[in-house]
Amino acid sequence: MSQIPEDLRYTAEHEWVSSDDPATVGITAAAAEALGDIVFLELPPVGTALTAGAVCGEIESTKSVSELYAPVTGTVVAVNTEAVNDPSVVNADPFGRGWLIKVTVQALGELLSPEEYARLSAG
Amino acid sequence: MSERQSPLHAEHLALGATLVPYAGWLMPLRYTSDLAEHHAVRTTAGLFDLSHMGEIRITGPGAAAALDAALVGWLSALAVGRARYTMICAQDGGVIDDLVVYRVGDQDFLVVANAANAEVVLAELHARCDATATVTDESVATALIAVQGPAARGIVASVLPDAAERAAVVGQPYYAATAAVVAGVPAMVARTGYTGEDGFELFVAAERAPEVWRAVLAAGQEVGIVPTGLACRDSLRLEAGMPLYGNELDRTTTPYDAGLGRVVRLDKTDADGSPVEFVGRGPLTGRADSEPARLLVGLEGLGRRAARHGYAVLRDGVTVGQVTSGAPSPTLGHPIAMAYVTPEVSAAGTELEVDVRGRAEPVRVVPLPFYRRTS
Repeated sequence: MSQIPEDLRYTAEHEWVSSDDPATVGITAAAAEALGDIVFLELPPVGTALTAGAVCGEIESTKSVSELYAPVTGTVVAVNTEAVNDPSVVNADPFGRGWLIKVTVQALGELLSPEEYARLSAG
Repeated sequence: MSERQSPLHAEHLALGATLVPYAGWLMPLRYTSDLAEHHAVRTTAGLFDLSHMGEIRITGPGAAAALDAALVGWLSALAVGRARYTMICAQDGGVIDDLVVYRVGDQDFLVVANAANAEVVLAELHARCDATATVTDESVATALIAVQGPAARGIVASVLPDAAERAAVVGQPYYAATAAVVAGVPAMVARTGYTGEDGFELFVAAERAPEVWRAVLAAGQEVGIVPTGLACRDSLRLEAGMPLYGNELDRTTTPYDAGLGRVVRLDKTDADGSPVEFVGRGPLTGRADSEPARLLVGLEGLGRRAARHGYAVLRDGVTVGQVTSGAPSPTLGHPIAMAYVTPEVSAAGTELEVDVRGRAEPVRVVPLPFYRRTS
């Protein structure tokens, strides 16, 4: 089963978010595995206001496109340009070098604990 | 209803394949990475399990004539040991399936149908051929393993212990088939494929499939053969400009729409020299003579986002067509797509746009195929 780091929180749409502020956001190993080879990222630029639960970007793999949902309400302060230029890093290291955006947090969305996410992605 | 399992199901599990439902079967989508598997087929070899495809045997003294009447191609003119890409059409000329037909003997043909259409094709062949030939469904009893890539020839040669058979198999031209014993298992070995590379398709009894699969995988280890799934099968055939039933072909298209009018043999005659009355002849004759309403073209993506099935093709904001298949091309490094467009915008070089989820992505019409092998 894919790893689920203990120090992060998760969404039902298979995103992860760190607990600090600005928070780092990415997609989980389970999501990356399901997508297959990621070939293109469409991420909200710095300055974008995000609303928790709303679509804020797209992750495209060889075979499909998945939407990226904002796990928190806040403002984008950084975008991982390494990942934008080489999306394969998201497959290679989804919880580390494959991070997607950093967001200053005004409010949290509906987040799951690692245990809750584990149950959800196992079922 | 649960999906059927391939005779190679246990092999796929052992190899860690991601299995997905496909045409009522549970088949490998990928084993490791779509891109790595795609590149392997283009540079060394890939091993595909295609056991979900349909195999239907037509035999008897009336078999050749029955197929001439049932299909659009001239099968009675096919030499023994050769194969032909053809189609089965409905009365109105719409394509029911695209097929490869192998002539195993004077009175023995093997029709290979797409998994999704196997039942319909079987029913049609029974309806069209039962009066004059014997139609036998061999799909469940037959496993199909494809070895595709520049290294395929050497790998297949190494699992053919009999020197004469080996020479016959690897010496045969593209679109031919011959009987051989592969790793101790009787097989029909065809030089056919759906990847745009050299390759062989091995038809064996379902219960012997694991032996052949393992033998080929072992034989190809040195040159880097890898098991390859349906995901890369799709990107490979798209690069090679090959149609996929359900995308480029369906009941509303004729072979002419897809640029495949060559498979329709309006000139075929029976033993007396009279034109053959094959199913769909009338509408297809009309279609062959008339101006097409739309043409299938290749589109090269000039941006980074790939057009996908169903997306609108535009010129100056006006819809001029629809994408049938699209994906990033691993070998070419840019997005590619096939689309039906109006004839006025079908010339190579025409600059168009595709509506990719609300944004206009620039594309250019290019001739098919996108990729042609050099070897």
